[in-house]
Amino acid sequence: MNEPTVTLKVSRYQPGQDGGPRMQSYTVPYRQDWVVLDALNYIKDQVDGTLSYRWSCRMGVCGSCGMMVNGVPKLTCAAFLREYYPKEIRVEPLVNFPVIRDLVIDMSDFLDKLKSVRPWIIRKTEKPVSEGEYLQTPEELEAYKQFTQCINCMLCYAACPVYGLEPEFLGPAAIALGYRYNIDSRDQGRDVREPVLGAHEGIWQCTFVGECSEVCPKDVDPAAAIQRSKLDSAKGWFKSVLLPWGGR
Amino acid sequence: MNGTRPDKSKLYYPKMPSTWWLKTPAYFLFMLRELSSVFIALFLIVYLTRIYQLTHGPQAYAASFESLRSPGWIIFHALAFLFAVFHSVTWFQSTAVVMPVRVGGKVLPPRTVTAVNIGAWIVISLIVLILFVTLRG
Repeated sequence: MNEPTVTLKVSRYQPGQDGGPRMQSYTVPYRQDWVVLDALNYIKDQVDGTLSYRWSCRMGVCGSCGMMVNGVPKLTCAAFLREYYPKEIRVEPLVNFPVIRDLVIDMSDFLDKLKSVRPWIIRKTEKPVSEGEYLQTPEELEAYKQFTQCINCMLCYAACPVYGLEPEFLGPAAIALGYRYNIDSRDQGRDVREPVLGAHEGIWQCTFVGECSEVCPKDVDPAAAIQRSKLDSAKGWFKSVLLPWGGR
Repeated sequence: MNGTRPDKSKLYYPKMPSTWWLKTPAYFLFMLRELSSVFIALFLIVYLTRIYQLTHGPQAYAASFESLRSPGWIIFHALAFLFAVFHSVTWFQSTAVVMPVRVGGKVLPPRTVTAVNIGAWIVISLIVLILFVTLRG
């Protein structure tokens, strides 16, 4: 009996050789428990060793294997072949990013933006280690916990037409992580992050298309983080204008 | 750090097609939501013009009111109404995401908040409609 197969149309781009990406078809065995990443690994190992792509953990934790699968940003380790079989599957690099080679995108812009929101706890004065941890109630943890789930997979950037049209936009994940620290009860860095988050290229450039939250594999809901940041930023501005001593 | 960055001259920069908003239903609905503001703004201009006509006396107002009975204006108002309803529904959907409601320390699901908001909106609209019809009669 013939083994069932599935066709993958994979975007190839070899700098110096290709003027732009071209599609190449590969036929791979179809297995019920295979994901698109397994099929790519099969191609790399058995068919064409020149194919380049990023991957690491194979279990939705590292955020490396994000690609466009039939035009939708997906973690290829979580996109089962059975969801597409018997139709052919189109695999392309994440859109809205420059392509280095084949399915590998340049993530420098995202990394710069992520760093710019200072995604770590900022204290005005650090207390000595001898005084112990900064304690937090379960409610205070719950307030931001959802936003800590981000794995920096950049699917939200690929889903965001604002980032595609205006590359200076800070973008969903970076804002969600900035917001995550802003609402952390242990953090005191809101004023430090405000010039980046509250800028036009920050939260205000978002027009709330909402697709970032739809494609997020970890249910972070960056769209909610951005809109709530807008509310907080606007409230902060009104306080500073209307209340004596800037509402401090 | 810069030493580890790829050579920019070798990168391929994809361009976003101008038809990007036709790519998925979600993008298309987003564009419709943006477009709804145009119809709502036009409706407001027409409405304010009618109020302005009141300052020219009852006859001028009646004449402007009569001109709105043409099929073109009726189609425009029907479209503006549909866009206003669509915009309001998306507004309530957004509000539920932006302002989470807590009951007994737990966050209510956004869908519940949207449903309650839309329910209240329908009830208040009906009360206004009943008042309008009663007072007019």
